[in-house]
Amino acid sequence: MQRRKFLTLMSAAGLGAALSPASANAAATTSFNGHPEAVGVLHDSVRCIGCRKCEEGCFKVNGQDLPAFKNDPSAQRPDFADLEVLNKKRRTNCNTYTVVNRYQTEKGPVYRKLQCNHCQEPACASACFVKAFVKTPEGPVVYKPELCVGCRYCMVACPFYVPTYDYGSAWNPLVYKCTMCAPRIAKGQLPGCVEACPKEALVFGKRTDLINIARERIQKNPELYDAKVFGESEMGGTNWLYLSPVQHTELAQPELGKTSAPELTSGALGAVAMVAGIWPVLLGGAYAINKRRTKMAQEEAKEAVTTAVATTREEAEAKLQKALAKAEKDKDAAVAREVKKAREEAIQETEAKFAPPQAPDGESTPEDASGKEGDA
Amino acid sequence: MNTHDNGAKNTLLTPGNVITAIILLVGLFITVLRFTKGIGSVTALDDNNPWGIWISFDLLCGVVLAAGGYTTTSAYYLFGLKHFRSAVRPAITSAFLGYAFVVFALHYDVGQPWRLVYPIFVSQGTTSILFEVGLCVFLYVTVLAIEFSPAVWEWLGIKKLRSLVLPLTIPLTILGVILSTMHQSSLGALYLIAPSKMHPLWYSSFIPVFFFISSMFAGMSMVIFEGILAHKGLHGKMDALHLKQADGVVLAFGKASAFVMMGYLFIRFYGVAMDNNFKYLFTGYGLWFLVETIGFVALPAFLYAMGARERNVSLMKIAAVITVLGVVLNRFNVSQVAFNYQLDASERYFPHWMEIGVSVFVVTLIITAYRFICTKMPVMYEHPEYKDAH
Ligand code: SF4
Ligand code: SF4
Ligand code: SF4
Repeated sequence: MQRRKFLTLMSAAGLGAALSPASANAAATTSFNGHPEAVGVLHDSVRCIGCRKCEEGCFKVNGQDLPAFKNDPSAQRPDFADLEVLNKKRRTNCNTYTVVNRYQTEKGPVYRKLQCNHCQEPACASACFVKAFVKTPEGPVVYKPELCVGCRYCMVACPFYVPTYDYGSAWNPLVYKCTMCAPRIAKGQLPGCVEACPKEALVFGKRTDLINIARERIQKNPELYDAKVFGESEMGGTNWLYLSPVQHTELAQPELGKTSAPELTSGALGAVAMVAGIWPVLLGGAYAINKRRTKMAQEEAKEAVTTAVATTREEAEAKLQKALAKAEKDKDAAVAREVKKAREEAIQETEAKFAPPQAPDGESTPEDASGKEGDA
Repeated sequence: MNTHDNGAKNTLLTPGNVITAIILLVGLFITVLRFTKGIGSVTALDDNNPWGIWISFDLLCGVVLAAGGYTTTSAYYLFGLKHFRSAVRPAITSAFLGYAFVVFALHYDVGQPWRLVYPIFVSQGTTSILFEVGLCVFLYVTVLAIEFSPAVWEWLGIKKLRSLVLPLTIPLTILGVILSTMHQSSLGALYLIAPSKMHPLWYSSFIPVFFFISSMFAGMSMVIFEGILAHKGLHGKMDALHLKQADGVVLAFGKASAFVMMGYLFIRFYGVAMDNNFKYLFTGYGLWFLVETIGFVALPAFLYAMGARERNVSLMKIAAVITVLGVVLNRFNVSQVAFNYQLDASERYFPHWMEIGVSVFVVTLIITAYRFICTKMPVMYEHPEYKDAH
């Protein structure tokens, strides 16, 4: 019986396990091609000279929102004329929405700007468990600070290492990232960085137009450009697009598939319904089977007792008759009383011997018992 | 038992108590620092490494090691393994404490802990795996609290409440398994979203399954492991039934673990084969992958199987310890070793001592609470008044 129980356990577990991968693979999400009117920015590393003017422009329009400057207008502002910083790899942080990095390539130094890519199907928004990140139809991925719990799953999820956290704040730590200057765009202005670029390495516009511009540039000067427009399809496509003279991976762009973040997790989320639907049935079934088995075992035991008692009673009865006959013969009343007592005792004894288990779960199978006693 | 208790009362200055006191003091100090100066003042977290050991250990390990609750209750109540009776209460108790302290520890890690209820009550991010984790953990803590409560009612002698809860046992057990299946696997699914940041040997679309299956043998091994610890410290609190059934529990759970671990090993390697990742096995990461899977899964599975065959309980206890360590290793491998593997060494994360301090603090709190409960409440023994009405 132990073995059978064990198999019940295993098959139930196995079935549960078998469900998830199947649905993880089979899950089909409707393909999403982005909001048609959404805007974005194209960064052309062939034109970029690494002057950091975009960084300065960004600071000019967003500086007052950054934690280090928000409450302290006298805080020392960064020196954007210092090009020494290009010697080391930098990333964005809660006081810097964008940085330009230099990469040494066979075509000489190449610069690339980093900021939020405002993905079409953002991992950060898909990951956020309070919907603090929202992809707007206009293009920007915006953040609602009043909802953020600070779990930082968005930072784990973003394939571009974009969201940053203000670890220094005790009372109101928040996530910081480039906003695509959504408030400025809404007013018809250009993003701060785009406006500041002296080389037109940054182009603001409708994403669909930007892709055309990018393709045109590649076509016109194929010797200057790598054939790929980075961001066109990466993880479902981004609204920030890149042109590069060398392979984009040389500019530390990650190698990403086309699968968007929501698609990566929809399978696992879909399996939830399966688990919720099938486990109760399986487990309820297992419970019912075991309960019935216990009940049957109890009934069997009861029946055995009844039979045993009945047999004993018959035997005792027969004995009694015999004894009574003898007593009759002997006319010895005392003997008759003794015999009657013996009969009652015999019945009681049998009943005690076959007593059913007292507690409902006191049932213990022979295997169980041997298993325990064998080692005790 | 009595002499033991008296001895402890006479001198509070036992080494154990002194160490506990120091840990608690240091923990309080870090707590004050964390909530007045921010996360940055006590952790080594940064923008590339947003999740440190408070996630790897306190959350991922905390939850998986508390899986003993659902494995034991379903073995006893649903699968009819009657000799698990005495293991049920201790398992529920430690699972409840485990989850309660997971939630407690999360208050240190998230930036705005006072908003921890937001995902449930204010703004539901239903596309997020973390939302599912949060919801399930929230519900499961509630389930465990109810499952645990009879011990409290018996202790306080409130029969009414106790009899109110008992009929819920089976539905709660089933609900517990459902919720456990979901959030145990979802903790693995958290990493599905970041394929480019994970080492291929630990990234797989099966990762939720890996996490769930490993939670089964982690939970079972934890029950055995806690049994070892409890027999050291709380032997006097155990009744005859508990002592008599203890070895049976080890044998049954050990044997079951051996089977589940074999299956787990198979799918781990199947995952590698499916994604055609064999080439990585011959790198440093590959070696480490083999250490994890062979040294900390195959080996203890083998020891469990041997122990089951020879009815060697001590061997199975050794296997349990290795298994538990192996599951901890796996959670760290996924969340720290594999995550961000492509970054430069200088950009990788190594915990600040105060992060470790908080984790040690939390574990100490759990043990202290467990000891308190087991000395006061009928956990390791059955309350004389309710013996048969389990
Ligand atoms: S780049 Fe990162 S932060 Fe920006 S929208 Fe995409 S996922 Fe979100
Ligand atoms: S840190 Fe804030 S924005 Fe990021 S996922 Fe968590 S709640 Fe959402
Ligand atoms: S779009 Fe605005 S916020 Fe983003 S990098 Fe440019 S200036 Fe900064």
